[in-house]
Amino acid sequence: MYCEECKIRPATVHLAQMFNGQKIEVHLCEQCASQKGAIIFGTNNQLSISNLLGSFLGGDHSIQEAKSLVQNTSCPSCGIKLFDIRQTGKLGCAKCYMAFEQELGPSLRRIHGNRQHVGKIPLRGGEKVLWRKQMESLKQRLQEAVAREEYEEAAEIRDQIKSLEKRTG
Amino acid sequence: MGGVNINNLFEETFVAWMNGQAASQSDIVISSRVRLARNLNDIAFPHLLNQQSGQKFMQLISEAWKKSQVNELKQMELVTFENLSALDRKILVEKHLISPYHAQATGPYQGLLVKADGSLAIMINEEDHLRIQCFLPGLQLEEAYQRAQEIDDALEEELDFAFDDHRGYLTSCPTNIGTGMRASLMLHLPAISISGQSGHIFQNLSQLGLAVRGIYGEGTEAIGNFFQLSNQITLGQSEEDINASLTAISQQVIEQERLLRDSLSEQMKYQLEDRIGRAYGILTHARLISSNEALTLLSDVRLGVDMGMIPGINPFALNELVVDIRPAHLQKKAGSDMNAVERDAKRAEVIREKLQTGK
Repeated sequence: MYCEECKIRPATVHLAQMFNGQKIEVHLCEQCASQKGAIIFGTNNQLSISNLLGSFLGGDHSIQEAKSLVQNTSCPSCGIKLFDIRQTGKLGCAKCYMAFEQELGPSLRRIHGNRQHVGKIPLRGGEKVLWRKQMESLKQRLQEAVAREEYEEAAEIRDQIKSLEKRTG
Repeated sequence: MGGVNINNLFEETFVAWMNGQAASQSDIVISSRVRLARNLNDIAFPHLLNQQSGQKFMQLISEAWKKSQVNELKQMELVTFENLSALDRKILVEKHLISPYHAQATGPYQGLLVKADGSLAIMINEEDHLRIQCFLPGLQLEEAYQRAQEIDDALEEELDFAFDDHRGYLTSCPTNIGTGMRASLMLHLPAISISGQSGHIFQNLSQLGLAVRGIYGEGTEAIGNFFQLSNQITLGQSEEDINASLTAISQQVIEQERLLRDSLSEQMKYQLEDRIGRAYGILTHARLISSNEALTLLSDVRLGVDMGMIPGINPFALNELVVDIRPAHLQKKAGSDMNAVERDAKRAEVIREKLQTGK
């Protein structure tokens, strides 16, 4: 198989990413892969995730751009500059995710191929999320009950929704 | 440093993941590890900590630990790296309890909360504020996750973890956001290597979003036919799904390894016996041996033990031996600094003794 980019060298880097449930495959040679700053899943230690992440977060910017305003924006909480995040691939604090939301958003999607966390939710500080999830599942059940014409069950669920709304304000 | 118990971690080689007697698939899956990355909300990530914020952080952590009513957390002991020699930090790396990166730290706010049997260890201020890890023998990711997340729950009662509705747990490096979980399996796959199938199989695995690495994690070679298989994606999949798919995929790899072991012993019986016999011969008689040569030959001997060709050796003693012959553990045994030749001699001696007793 030849590299999809240069079509000259053999493809030695094979990428598969899930994006919103769809699998996208790319086959590249090492040169083209490193030029693209792609994320490499695999054993190739010179092209490991952390090494590439800096460039993946936009490290291939020109010097002019580096001097620009955006690069020098800093996080109001920890003071780290976007420029430094792009150099090291590491954020400064939890608040950076909000401070640089726009700049980081596309990279996060490219890394994980997903936008929404679906795993564990902490009990502390996670109440709102839990309530929202509970609400979503109640509404889903309500729809299903209505579709099955189980009106008694639907009324019960409606009461539960109302009481949850009251509790969460 | 902590009490008497925890000293064993530095004086003895054995830790919980090395004994797979009661664990499933433990002839091929050496160990299961689950790691949860957690950070506090209002404190800068480890690489930006200064003395002031570092102290504040340590205070919060040690209070949470001391207050906890959860047994497993209460049983852990706190070690900070300012009180630990470079040799002892290396000992922890060789047991896989901390990362090589973490071992470079020497500060009062970098360290480890650890259970004396080594089954639970929380790296403090490695890349993230806390990395809760559980290590178990054999294939048991779900159990390892349950134990790690109990510790997570216990800590969460006292600490505000950085969490966001969409991005999940927030981590220093964006590759870990979401669950903050890395699940990994250490596999011993000699037949796949011998039959030259590793490249092909691992390429398929990486297409499934899994990472395959060497024995000491990121950027290390697969010495001694040990491969570490772990999930790559942490956002958009639940912990249970990640563990289930890693378990299912590894079961296929294990199946493949078993099939290839069978066909090797059928089709290349003499060559295989010769290879294993030679490895055993060298290891039981060599007077000088390098780390790489030892690990390579020990892989053959382990295969021989698994296939019933070498009697009288407990396979789990070999798990211990693989760590025994690493530089820091050797130095600890010798009790003094050694030059390269002395180290190779000591290593050969340790191996001869172990293979003779078989325990």
